Amino acid sequence: MAATMQPEAVAPTTNGHNSSGRARWKYMDTLLSRPGAYTDPDDFVPGAVPIGNVEQSHVLVIGAGGLGCEILKNLALSGFKKIDVIDMDTIDVSNLNRQFLFREKDVGKPKASVAAEFVMQRVPSCKITPYVGKIQDKDEDYYMQFNVVVCGLDSIEARRWINATLVGMVDENNPDSLKPLIDGGTEGFKGQSRVILPTMTSCIECQLDMHAPRAAVPLCTLATIPRQPQHCIEWAHIIKWEEERKDLVLDTDDPEHITWLYEKALSRAQEYNISGVTYSMTQGVVKNIIPAIASTNAIVAASSCNEAFKIVTSSATFLGNPGLNNYMLYTGDSGVYTYTFEHQKKDDCPVCGNLPKDMLLNPESTLGELVESLAERPESQLKKPNLRTEEKTLYYSAPASLEESTRPNLKRKLRELLADGEDFAVSDGAFDITFRYTVRYT
Amino acid sequence: MLKIWSMKQQQQKSDAASGQTKKKKVTAAQLRVQKDLSELALPGTMKTVFPNPDDILNFTLTLTPDEGLYKGGVFNFTFAITQNFPHEPPKVKCKEKIYHPNIDLEGNVCLNILREDWKPVLNLNAVIVGLQFLFLEPNASDPLNKDAANDLMTDRDRFKRNVRSAMAGGAVKGETFDRVMK
Repeated sequence: MAATMQPEAVAPTTNGHNSSGRARWKYMDTLLSRPGAYTDPDDFVPGAVPIGNVEQSHVLVIGAGGLGCEILKNLALSGFKKIDVIDMDTIDVSNLNRQFLFREKDVGKPKASVAAEFVMQRVPSCKITPYVGKIQDKDEDYYMQFNVVVCGLDSIEARRWINATLVGMVDENNPDSLKPLIDGGTEGFKGQSRVILPTMTSCIECQLDMHAPRAAVPLCTLATIPRQPQHCIEWAHIIKWEEERKDLVLDTDDPEHITWLYEKALSRAQEYNISGVTYSMTQGVVKNIIPAIASTNAIVAASSCNEAFKIVTSSATFLGNPGLNNYMLYTGDSGVYTYTFEHQKKDDCPVCGNLPKDMLLNPESTLGELVESLAERPESQLKKPNLRTEEKTLYYSAPASLEESTRPNLKRKLRELLADGEDFAVSDGAFDITFRYTVRYT
Repeated sequence: MLKIWSMKQQQQKSDAASGQTKKKKVTAAQLRVQKDLSELALPGTMKTVFPNPDDILNFTLTLTPDEGLYKGGVFNFTFAITQNFPHEPPKVKCKEKIYHPNIDLEGNVCLNILREDWKPVLNLNAVIVGLQFLFLEPNASDPLNKDAANDLMTDRDRFKRNVRSAMAGGAVKGETFDRVMK
């Protein structure tokens, strides 16, 4: 303890309050002030440029949980000074073993604001702006302000959303619209760190099959021959709840609901002579809790932040260079194993494989005329198209019931159905890819 | 940082101009469902109903088997697809209370590709073919309704009679079923 107390004691001159006090960043400055074996000869100018890039890059960190705490700490200690962090969750007592920016007194408070506050206390030169809420609350204008996005998420849905948003933001006339996306993820002893250059390299949607599906037990096993305590809990969760409490929406954070499931599971386990059903196991199965390993988070977050640092400084080749490796997987359950490879871009990726093209349309023409014109377009020649926007089903040739209910739209004017600048997607059974267009009214 | 952009410029071949801010985009799940729907090859024994045509993630599939033990019945299945599709399978439930070894009284369906064997490469057509198969070949070795499975395994004729009376809205072993005849 005494050894670590000493540098803290002299902190006031080195913590960045004093802008000329670069002592804290001495080694970082040294690293960035001279070329080395791995620096990019074309892009690396030693000294003020890379140092300035670290200080001025605006980094968005998505998630302030197990990975997020590590990422925020690493970025702040690497000299990044402009960070935003988004997280919708509040601190739970079970987070405290590894989410080291939180203390017992913080339980119940929002993760993003407590994490930001803690890191700023330790590294006062770093300004972290928290946002408590969902990433979906924010629009493209918000995401446009960042230079790099680093994700420490546990949800595939959120990853797919931010990925699609960043891919959709790339404007070929504006270099700043391309935001490198660094995605860290862990599950128990396994993890990955990957870099996506939206539209240039394989994206999260291209890599969707890299996520292991949630292990599931056949429904009939649960219903007829449970063998494990988990089977009894899943039975209570999926079958018994529907049978007896159909009208009540299950809230996995409600202790009464978990207790109900626990008791049902316990009596079923006794019936089949299975031991081991506990309240916390019930919670674990129902909420699909996979034990988080602090060191897995630390390793994956370190790799993710290392890539962020290399991208902004050009001080070494980063993961995700087009044509080079972009995916690092890590397995720590039997020995240590890592493998880094290039996950290739998919031509038929629904998000990045076929980017929306502008389509010039007359707002006074009808949807029927648009559908006819699709059959004549050289790239598509669609005979039986299905068209929709995010909100509306415009016209579907099949299945029959949708054809019937959307047929009246064919007579309607485009301006009643589509807004200028809105995207719509066109699929046809004869084509593997879905065509996407952006409406441009003439 | 700038290096990335110069690489991007080398990569790009097309040059569509755009300046306006873009509006809402069709989500990845919607794109995939739209593609699956356009590839759907429904035989005369099946049709889909979309209560809200703008919402393609929620619909009903009506199955009217024209052969097998369940011939003459009309069975409705709700499909509920989340934004996590195709990482997650669609949630499928039978709306009627029916007598079937692989469908329980709440409408839960025991079909491997709806749960443990789901893969993102599978599509809605595969699920629909799977459901159709359950009515042609009810499977006693993966039971959700143990009584029905037992009947099928031990006395096929009694099972047939039970199917007929359950489909007509009758009772089997004290359990009353929904009438599902055309």
